[in-house]
Amino acid sequence: MIPLSWYLIFAAILFCIGLYGVLVRKNAIAILMGIELMLNSVNINLIAFWRYRSADGIAGQAFAIIVFAVAAAEVAVGLALIISIYRRRSSIVADDMNMMKW
Amino acid sequence: MTPEQIIFLIVAVVTLVAGISVVTSRNLIHSALWLILSLFGIAVFYVLLDAGFFAVIQVIIYIGAIAILFIFAAMLTRRVMQDTGPQSNSNWWLGALIALLLLAGIAVVLVNWQGFTALAPELINPSGRLSQLGLALVSPDQYVLPFELASVLLVAAMIGAIFVAGEKKQ
Repeated sequence: MIPLSWYLIFAAILFCIGLYGVLVRKNAIAILMGIELMLNSVNINLIAFWRYRSADGIAGQAFAIIVFAVAAAEVAVGLALIISIYRRRSSIVADDMNMMKW
Repeated sequence: MTPEQIIFLIVAVVTLVAGISVVTSRNLIHSALWLILSLFGIAVFYVLLDAGFFAVIQVIIYIGAIAILFIFAAMLTRRVMQDTGPQSNSNWWLGALIALLLLAGIAVVLVNWQGFTALAPELINPSGRLSQLGLALVSPDQYVLPFELASVLLVAAMIGAIFVAGEKKQ
């Protein structure tokens, strides 16, 4: 049997790797990839807590389904924005996206 | 060590190495391919957690849709970042420090929590789990409102993505 702690530690490490990617990468698409890693580690936590703490209900699974839908919507809009910015400015470096800076 | 634990450790190491490669790889296409490997590892975890349905939708939605979207976006914007020059900004050590501090904080909170080393209880009705989930998502006294909101959100995101990324006609 695998204790709950293994899943939680794994998800924490994966979340921090994703956070590092979001904070450090210059390329806006790579930043979105970091966000995907973070969302996946959150989903592992949700399913692990469902399995180990409340396996007779389905609240954790329903929550994870909603996270899947929101992640798909977020990535579609985010990549559309990046492609639109690339059309106008020929750059996807996050530092160059400063047209709304006052 | 039971076979489940050995599988867990192997998959965890592969997934974490793939995740580190996602955030450090110079080539964006390589990053996307490492992301696919990492998502596959997470699908294996869903199987280990007795949530096979989630493993299936992980492969279909994340690998089949989102990762392919990433690869297309990387190909559409490829000329600007020619995989030369630094891929991370000058404050990378600050980002690493923040990530490590967060990891230490989470570890401290988890170790002091009582249910940390709990083992999984027996599943009462493993085969009826999926139909139970499906019924809960459409029954009015459970999750029908978040479910319908998610579908409205997906339609709005689809229309918004088409509008934002589409060519503007003169």
